[in-house]
Parts: sequence; C-alpha cells; structure tokens
Amino acid sequence: MRNIHKIFPGVHALQGVDFTLRKGEIHALMGENGAGKSTLIKVLTGVYGKEDGEIFLDGKEGAVAIHSPQDAQNMGISTVYQEITLCPNLTVAENMFIGRTAGAVQNWKKMNADTEKILQSLQIPAKAAQQLGTCSLAVQQMIAIARAVDMECKVLILDEPTSSLDEQEVEKLFKLMRDLRAKGVGIIFVTHFLEQVYEVCDRITVMRDGKLVGEYEIENLPRVQLVSKMLGKEVDDLSDIKSEVKTFDAGKDAVPVLEAEGLVSNAGIKPFDFHINKGEVNGFTGLLGSGRSECVRAIFGADRVIGGKVKMGGKDVKIAKPLDAMKNGIAYLPEDRKVDGIVGDLSVRDNIILAQQVLKGFFKPFSKAEANKVADEYIKLLNIKTASKDTPIKSLSGGNQQKVILARWLFTHPEYLILDEPTRGIDVGTKVDIQKLVLKLASEGMSVTFISSELDEMLRTCSRLIVMRDRKAVGELTGDDLNQGTVMNTIAGGDK
Amino acid sequence: MKKKMAVLLTGAMVMATLAGCGGGEAAPAATEPAAEEAPAAEEAPAAEEAPAAEEAPAEEEAPAEEAEAPAASGELITVGIINNDPNESGYRTANDADLKATFTEENGYSASFAYSMKNDEQIAAAQKFIQDGVDYLLLSAADTSGWDSVLTDAQDAGVQVILFDRTIDADESLYLASIVSDMDKEGETAVNWLESQGLETYNIIHLQGVMGSAAQEGRSGALQAKADAEANWNIVEQQTAEWNAENAQQIVQSVISSGKEFNVIYAENDDMAKGAVAALDAANISHGVGKDVIIMGFDCNKWALEELLAGNWNYDGQCNPFQSSYIDDVIKNGAPAEKTIIMDEKGFDATTITQEDVDTYGI
Amino acid sequence: MANSENAKTSSASFLKNLVRNQCFIPVAALLLLAVFNLIADPSFFRITLGYNSAGNPVLSGFIIDIVNNGSELAILAIGMTLVTAASGGQDISVGAAIAIAGSVVLRVLCGGNARPETLQAPIIVAFLVACVVAMLFGAFNGVLVAYFKIQPMIATLILYTAGRSIAAWINNNELPVISDPKFAYFGGFIPGIPIPTPCFIAIACMIVIGIVLKVTNLRLYTQSVGINQSSSKLNGLNPEMIKVMAFVILGLCVAVAGLIKVSRVSSINYSVIAKDIEMDAILAVALGGNALSGGKFNMAASIIGAFVIQCLTTTLYKFGVSSTALPAYKAVVVILLVVVSAPTVREYLNKISQKMKLSKEVA
Repeated sequence: MRNIHKIFPGVHALQGVDFTLRKGEIHALMGENGAGKSTLIKVLTGVYGKEDGEIFLDGKEGAVAIHSPQDAQNMGISTVYQEITLCPNLTVAENMFIGRTAGAVQNWKKMNADTEKILQSLQIPAKAAQQLGTCSLAVQQMIAIARAVDMECKVLILDEPTSSLDEQEVEKLFKLMRDLRAKGVGIIFVTHFLEQVYEVCDRITVMRDGKLVGEYEIENLPRVQLVSKMLGKEVDDLSDIKSEVKTFDAGKDAVPVLEAEGLVSNAGIKPFDFHINKGEVNGFTGLLGSGRSECVRAIFGADRVIGGKVKMGGKDVKIAKPLDAMKNGIAYLPEDRKVDGIVGDLSVRDNIILAQQVLKGFFKPFSKAEANKVADEYIKLLNIKTASKDTPIKSLSGGNQQKVILARWLFTHPEYLILDEPTRGIDVGTKVDIQKLVLKLASEGMSVTFISSELDEMLRTCSRLIVMRDRKAVGELTGDDLNQGTVMNTIAGGDK
Repeated sequence: MKKKMAVLLTGAMVMATLAGCGGGEAAPAATEPAAEEAPAAEEAPAAEEAPAAEEAPAEEEAPAEEAEAPAASGELITVGIINNDPNESGYRTANDADLKATFTEENGYSASFAYSMKNDEQIAAAQKFIQDGVDYLLLSAADTSGWDSVLTDAQDAGVQVILFDRTIDADESLYLASIVSDMDKEGETAVNWLESQGLETYNIIHLQGVMGSAAQEGRSGALQAKADAEANWNIVEQQTAEWNAENAQQIVQSVISSGKEFNVIYAENDDMAKGAVAALDAANISHGVGKDVIIMGFDCNKWALEELLAGNWNYDGQCNPFQSSYIDDVIKNGAPAEKTIIMDEKGFDATTITQEDVDTYGI
Repeated sequence: MANSENAKTSSASFLKNLVRNQCFIPVAALLLLAVFNLIADPSFFRITLGYNSAGNPVLSGFIIDIVNNGSELAILAIGMTLVTAASGGQDISVGAAIAIAGSVVLRVLCGGNARPETLQAPIIVAFLVACVVAMLFGAFNGVLVAYFKIQPMIATLILYTAGRSIAAWINNNELPVISDPKFAYFGGFIPGIPIPTPCFIAIACMIVIGIVLKVTNLRLYTQSVGINQSSSKLNGLNPEMIKVMAFVILGLCVAVAGLIKVSRVSSINYSVIAKDIEMDAILAVALGGNALSGGKFNMAASIIGAFVIQCLTTTLYKFGVSSTALPAYKAVVVILLVVVSAPTVREYLNKISQKMKLSKEVA
C-alpha cells in the first residue's frame, strides 16, 4: 500500500501511509487507538474507499482496485475481526461454507467431510456438525481463521483476535498462525498486547495520528522503544506507576465500606464473602470464566441475587437491582463495553450524564447547559478525544468510549467503584491513564475493585487480590504474596 | 350414505301418510321411528304453514305456531351456520341477529354458528359441521372459490347445503338453494329512482365501496352505465371511500373545496352517505327533500331511514339481510325449482317512507 | 434563536445543517407537494370563511382539510414514535384500539341505549373512561412486549385481530348514534370558532408532549432503552417499565384520536373506523426519518410525517385520481419518500455533495 489517504468529515484519518506485507510473515500493526490502524485495514479490505494512494498485490505491476469487501476477498485478502462475525446458530460446516457455495444445491455430506478435513489439518477441536455457538470463543475465532484460510487467502488480517481469549487459547492461536506463515500466508496482526507481538511477530509497523511512524524488524525494536514510538514521546510512565503505589495498610486504615457475606447470584457462582475498605484498591483475578465478573455483578445487583447479606458502612442494605446499588454509592463499569456499557447512538454528553440522571429522577432532567458543562468538564478531565460532545459515542475509538463510561460513573461520585476489565482492547496510553486514575481516586478515599486479564496491571494497582477458580473464591493475597508467581500458583491451584 | 338415503325415504313416506291427517297426529308417529326421521316429520306442518309465511318475510308467525310439533317430537333440525364476522358491518350484524332469531329451539332448530372472514377457516368449520352430522349447512362464503371438495363431502355425508347472501363458484348440484341479493338490481332500482326525479342535469359525486366487492360492482355498474348513456348525467367525482364515513367526508370536503358543482351524492352505503352529509353541513350546503343536493345511500340502517323520515336524505336502497325466512322456507318446503332465489329488495323514498317502514326494515 | 445562530455561520454550512436535520426530508416532501399543488392549481391554497348549516362561521379549503383530517394521525404519530423508540417495534393494533376507545366513549354516553335522546353522562367522563380503557389495552401490549419478550408486531397482532370484535361487544353489537350537537364539537367546529376543533386537540397534544419531553427524561430514557437495553439496565433504568410506559402513552393518544373519530360522525362503524391507520402512523414515523428498529427519535419529524401523508391523500383526492389507481399513486410517493429518507441514501447524497464541494475548492 502506497501513500494511502483517507478523509472523514473533519478528520484526515490516514495521511500518506505506506505499508508492506511480505509473503510468509507475521506483521504487527501497532498504534494507539485512533492512530488509524482500523481505518487502514478497512481501506485494504474495501470497507472504506480511499481518497488517494495505490494498493499493489503479489509484486505485480499496476495498482489493484478494491472497491468492496467482495473484491478484497476475491483477491485473497481475508479478515477476522475482534468480534466474531459468524452465525452462532449455524453449524461449523455451514459457517465455513456460507456465502461461497456455487449454485443453490448443496452437498451436505461433502461439505461436512471437507470441513472435518480442514479442522483436522489445523488441529481445531471442533466437529463439523456442531453448532458454532456451542464452541468456545477461541475455537470460534479459529474457525473464522480456518474459513479465511480455506478461501485460499494470501493476506490474512487478524484484528485483535486475542482480546477475549485466555492464555492457553492464545497459544493455540499462535500455533495456527505460525503454521499458516509456514504455508506462505502473510498475516497482519493487530493487537494491544505487547507480549504477544514479541512472541509471534516478525516485523512491526507503527502508526500514530494517521501517519506512518516506521517499519521495524522485531529484533531491532525493544519494547520500551515500541511504546515510546506509539505514544510519540519518551515515556517512563509504565515504571512511574509502580512508585506511586502506596501499600494499603489494612491494619490502620480499615474502615469497611462494603461487606458481603455468602453472596450468591443466579449466574452460577458459589457463595462468596467479600469486603472492601475505604481508599482500598482490590481485585478479582482468575482465568476467563472463573467467575470474577459474576462476583462483581452480584455486588452491583446486575444479576439476580439469590442469597447472602450485604452491609454498607455497617448497615444492612438490600441490593436487588442496579439502581439500589447506585443509590448506595456503588458504580460499575461493565466488562463488555459494547454490550453493557455504551448507548451507541446517544451523544457523548448523554452517555456521560446517564447514570447520574437516572439517580436524579425522571422528573428532574439536567438542563442542556448543565449537561454541556458536565460533559466539557469530564472530556477535559479524562482527556477524551471526540469531535464534539454531540458526537454519538459509537463513533469514538474503544479507549475513548471506555473513558466516557468511566466519566459517567465518576459523575455519580461513588463511594465504591467497580471496574471490570476497564483496559481491555484499548491503547497503552489510555491503559496507563486509567491505572493512574484508579490510584488517584483511591488516594482520595474512593474504594475501587479492579479486574483485568493482564496480571501485571493488577499487581501494579491492587493492594489485595481475591483469586477465583471454577466460580469459587479460592484465595486472598496481600502484601508480599502479590507477585506473579504466587498469583499464578493460586490460580492454577498447584500445591502450596 | 345409503343408510341416510333410506332414512330419508322412510321420512318421506311418513310425511306422505301424515299429509292428510293434520299436525296433531305427528307426535306419536315421530316418537316411534329412528331419530333421524324427526326432521322429515316436521316438514308436514311446515308445508301447511308455508303460504302464510310467504307474505311477510321476517314474520314470527309461522315459526311460532310450528313450535308445538318439534317440541312434541323432542327432535330438532340441526343446522350449522357459517357466516362472516357479525362486526363486519351493520348489515352483517342484522343478518346474524335475524338468523339467531329464526333458528331457535322454539322454532325446531338446533343451530351452531361459526364466524370467519377467511375462506380456509370457513372450510375448516364446514368440515367440522359435516363430521358432527348436521342436517343442514348454511353458508355465507368469504370467497367464491375453493368449496367444491368440502361440498362434495357434505353431499356424501347427506348434509344439505344452503347458500345465503353470497354465492360460490361450484356446481349447482352441490347445494340445495342459494339465497342472494341482486346487487345489480339494487343499483338499477336506485338509478331508476334517481332518473324519476327529473333533474335537468345530474352532477353526481359517486362514493364507492371497497373496490371489487360484489356490492360495489353492482351498485357502481348501474350508475356508470347510465352516466355513459345520458348526456346530462355527469359524474363529478368518483372515488372509493372504502365503506368508510370519514373517507367519504374527506372526499366530499375536497370536492367542495375545489368548487365543483354537484347536486347528487350517490353513496354506496349509509356510512359514506353520512360522512358526505357531514361535509355538506360544514359547508352549509342544503341537502334532502326539496333541497340543493340529493342524498342517496344503501343498506337501510335504522338511523339512515330515520334521516329519510326527517327529510335530510332522499333515498335509501335496501340490501336485504333477512335471508332466514327464505332459508326456513327451503328447509321446510324442500328445494325450490330455481336454485337461486333472489330476495325482495326495496328502495325507500324520503317522501313516501313511514315510521312503520323504519321499524320493519331498519337494521 | 435558530436564526441568530445560523446567521453567524456561513450560508454553506447553514445549508449543510439544514440537509442533515432529520426534519429536512418530511418538510421537503411537504414543500414539494405544496409546490406541485401551487403549479397545478393555486386554488389549493385558498381558504374561505363560510357558515355551516348551523349558522356558525367555519373556514374551509384544502389546507384546512389537511390540518383537520391529519389531526388523529399526528396524535398517533406521537405515541407510535415513543413505542418505536423504546421497543424497536411497532404497535399494529392502534386502529382496533381506536375502535375500542370510540366504542367506550359511545357506550358511556349512551348508557346502553343505542339512540339516546339525551347524553347519559358528561362527555368528559366518557372520554376519561376511554382513556383508562385505552391505556389498559396499551399496558397489555406493553407487558407482552416488555415482560414476555414478544415481538411488538406479534404481541399487538392479538389486539389487532380481536380489537374490533371487542369494540362491537362493548356496545352489544349496536351502532349507537349521538344526536346531541355538543358531541360533534370535538370532530367538527365549536360554535363561533371557525377553525376545526381537531386542530386544537392535535396542537394541544403536541404542546403536552413537548412539555413532557422538556421537563422529564422521557426522551433520554426511551432512547437509551431502545438503543441498548442491557446497558440501560446497568445504569439503573428499568427497561421493562419504560417500554410499558411507551405503550401506555400510545394508549392515551389512541383514546384522544378515538374521541375525534367518533365525534366526526357522531357514530361508529366497528369494522371501518380508523381502518389501516396503524400503517399510516408507522409510515409517519418512518417518513420522519426515525429508525423503525428503535433508538433515537425526532418527535417533530414524525408529526410532520403524519401531515405529509394527509397532504398526499388530500392532493390525490383533489385531483380525482381514479379509485383503482389511488393506492398505486400513494405507494409510489411513499416509496420515494422512504427511500430518500433512508440513512444509506442520505449518506450517499452527503458524499456527493462533499465531493462537489471538494471539486469546487480545487477549481
């Protein structure tokens, strides 16, 4: 791709970007949110048109014209998106072949047999006749890749494929990627996980603010440099944070804000006890599906609570629904930003005021002026990048959407803030911002529960970790136990 | 089927025997033979009463006297009645009420009703009635086609079929009689009446019913033919108001607003005439007997006839919903020579209508 | 206020804002129809002051007709917009519900007698009872949709099917006629005021909904629930309650529209009153550029959409488009409007205008 330009209303999203992918390599495309990675990919795959520039394929003379996703597919460019775009209610085989069968008649037997063959060759643990929805997310992801591979793609684009996978699943995916590389497929890998980039990639292209920063061999670019190139400044923020952590002294400062006893919801978790003190940051850790989200959802009343007692500030409270929790000063930033967090078509302003507005009541709407003031305030405070406060939140990048949701809850001035995966799928800069913010809020007296898939993030911010395994709280770690090894061991349930 | 035929034959014989003996002796005869004979037995008194009943169609007289015979025999004629939804229109409501008033136990009937405006549901209801072994199936079909096979079944099961209100596309042999209104005649009667008013020019607003319905086609046809033939008959506006008063009001409003001249409103039902009158009232255009605009309606709703009586409207054409006396007649006197029976339908003139007419014919 | 803001910006961006405004398409359609009428026949815009048959001053003319006859649709569009926004589906039972509400009004006024000499209850009482009944039916629909998670179209299909029969049952299948001229005020004219009353009622409804949207969070809540139910729940909203509320508000709109409808003709015809009005109401919402899948809405655009539909109907009546061709003309215009207001087409038009601007800049 040479000199690609893309102009959106008000934004010059791509400013003369060059990008080269070689045959049989895994190439990481890195950049903060809003750097233009997604736009570049969408131009490549024909989702967006381009204002200027050319795309060459297979080293041939003359630029190719890609006007639609169909064109891209025909030229062997396939994409697997962050969100699974297959049909969960069809079988694996049907998903493999959907939309590319010749004629109306379909040989089901052959289709299933072919699918089995592909699944076996790529060692994907699924059956052809199985409904896709019954497979794990990772397997679904792999099937999406298998589908792309089977369509004889030369260029495979993986957009954040690992963000909802656990480590073992990521390993399997990487194996698949390496196999494909060996077969000569060029892979573009978009991710926020630095570790993964260094584990699997050959080269890196870094983008920032719609411009190309550079293209590097992986050996020539140490991590710190990569981060600094992405952020556009020499940063030592990552190491800074560590120094900011004040070890929370449970003995002296213990003023319990919330205590739960035998709390259990209908989401299939075992009853658990939980408490958090004023100004404390604690966290739930565990593998995906270990029940860490379900615990905080129970506390917030997001799932139906079927047993247990909750005390706030020493007094019994009944939390049956989110509004009860909100009235008691609890705020909850949900795990799945898209499904549970943003109200996509509403403006950034409305998204910010929503929760506080609900608390305020049906008959007391904020005036337009008040709402604008609040929105401006939080956009500035959290450094939210948006064209205006009237922009629909769905057109913001992931990290900025997350900041808006965070602003929404901060505006309710909670005593206790629950953050479930606040840093998932967002850029490094925002991640750092959020971690810093958590610590700042705690130092001001807010209690925070922090959940993240990235253990180092949790170790950096939390002073106490509750470890979950198989939907049950299996341990609580504080002080010197807060290190990678111990946490890993507790999660894994090894002898200790 | 053979068994049924035998039973019918026996019944006919019993009837013949009784013919000279008078109604009183029917009772002992009827109690003796098999149950199925009862209907036939009843035909004897009916035969005698029939001439009296002929005169005034909707009279209670005949059935009332007849009541003794079935009561004595203890056996009722079972009829399955398939009709359109009574809420469809005032016409249908009156029609249904009339059927219910006639086919009562006092009159010697055990009637079951099924209502639907969809052909397939009606056919299903017919099949159920046939299975239940009714004696007569009375049918006002939603659609003209699709009835052959179910009527053949009925014939095989010995169920007699009588059509009312609406005819169907099926062989005449499949049913006993078809009692219908002649919509073309209704239109002609109305147009002839209008002609008899002797206006110099006829500038007509023609408000049509739902396009393609039998009533619309019949009532439009006569007027259209006349307007095509006569130079001084002009149709100023011809528009479907879909039987709806409000649409009619809007259409007439729009004609008034556009300043076109008119002196006749020919509305194909009373509701639309009413809507038209509302528009005239709002524009202070006089209407009725001896006024600027002649108002014509159809269906003879009671309130519409009252308007006639008050001189606000000029003409209302009847669409006779009272088929039950005709049906009763067919059941009790056997099949008519001509399968299609056209009902008497009147046209009322505001200058001659009486309160009695309103009470008798208003629906 | 809008003017002063626009004055500051350049004319180009004013035009852009105008085109981007959701009200643009319906307003443009309205203007287009107006221009068409102006060219074809300027008398379309003539408004004359006359006197009705009761001697009261009334305004008449096509514009008055449109505003008058479009009132019910505009009122329904208000409720339908909210239901669409909150539930992402449409209520197809409003026509049947109007029949029920209208029937209730008449039942209370007549007290069981189909042709009462005097009103048996004050009109306001009848109206309030109708409101309660209509809101209950609205709540019934709402509960089916919100708590039983039935698709709105399917849930309201129940009432769509049964509603007119229920309406007929409320009045024992009678067709009551109210003779008290006061009752006709709501669908006609109040003596001394030459503007049709339905206009005032519609304007009152618009003011009320305007105030409600201003002083409550109705807009934010319904939009939020319509866009993302799960997220709304986690923000302390009760999505089920909000959906039911939308249906109840629609019920209130239905009661108001029902009162106007029965008042227009001082009577009711269960089978044709407000027939197919649900489709027009849904169309009004769609013409207003609101997504029928729910979420963001623009109330003003929906209301203008309602008047576009009425304007189209009146125009077609005015030009005397033949009965059979009427639906076809309407369909063509509607398809054009809906296609032009579809988001994809608008995006495409935006793109073209941008390109034109770019090329201009280059030049």
